[in-house]
Amino acid sequence: MAEFLHMGGYGAYVWAAYAVFVIVLLADALTPLWQRRNTLREIDARLSRESNRKSTP
Amino acid sequence: MSPLVLWFHKLGSPPYFYRLAGRFLPWLYAIALVTGAVGLYGGLAVAPADYQQGDSFRMIYVHVPCAWMSLFVYAFMAANSFVALVWRIKLSETLAMASAPVGAAFTFVTLITGSLWGKPMWGTWWTWDARLTSELVLLFLYLGVIGLYHAIEDARQAARAAAFLALIGVVNLPIVHYSVVWWNTLHQGQTVSLMGQSKISSSMLWPLLTMAFATHVYFFASLLARARAALLALESGKDWVRAIALAQPGREVSAHG
Repeated sequence: MAEFLHMGGYGAYVWAAYAVFVIVLLADALTPLWQRRNTLREIDARLSRESNRKSTP
Repeated sequence: MSPLVLWFHKLGSPPYFYRLAGRFLPWLYAIALVTGAVGLYGGLAVAPADYQQGDSFRMIYVHVPCAWMSLFVYAFMAANSFVALVWRIKLSETLAMASAPVGAAFTFVTLITGSLWGKPMWGTWWTWDARLTSELVLLFLYLGVIGLYHAIEDARQAARAAAFLALIGVVNLPIVHYSVVWWNTLHQGQTVSLMGQSKISSSMLWPLLTMAFATHVYFFASLLARARAALLALESGKDWVRAIALAQPGREVSAHG
């Protein structure tokens, strides 16, 4: 296992490269979820405002 | 009209696309995750060490698929930009703008992993040679498209301006691809070839091709997810979006509603 992590002396470079790959793509995958939630929240707020305006005399 | 043309028209309708993309998404993510895991395992544990570069060559399994994707995504973005500008199809605008951040992410990973590979092999993190510089220009093109899209208030005008920039930037694609042929660069030449013999042993090649497949599938997953989110924002006044917003489980019930 230690030998596997060592990567023939290149461990730091190899694992850093794989970490960058995973972290950047993970962030990329989460962005649309976050955007979708924000958009729906905004629409929701607008719909509530509109129904409030209608119900007040 | 033929059924195919009819279907194509239907696909261009935002609510239909939203639903269809939502049905495909979990499968695309699952396929990308599984093949990506197999590819990374193959690259890290199964493929033998390189006789010249030792274990450092394993960075190829993240670097090269991302580099291929940086070009592929740009071509996809440019093709959609072309359709958006010529036929003014709203969905093409959305797809072009949704692919830009994914392409930028792949280009960024390409540059960083390339730098991490360059340090032990070339003795430098960075050099201003043709391949590296043109790939950096590619990142700036992506950032330019994203920046221009967000700088203009009207979303459709913004998409058209950014699509125009994306089309102009196509000139950079052959420069990136052929830079190792046209100029004398520190970067090594092409190892894997679609046509003809690849200069790599099959035990090293299959994890690379698996990763290439996984990153392509991932791109389409991320693209559809982003396009869905963008369509909700673009069509926020429409009834179909209102229905989705009202059906949200966590929706706060207004006291006056």
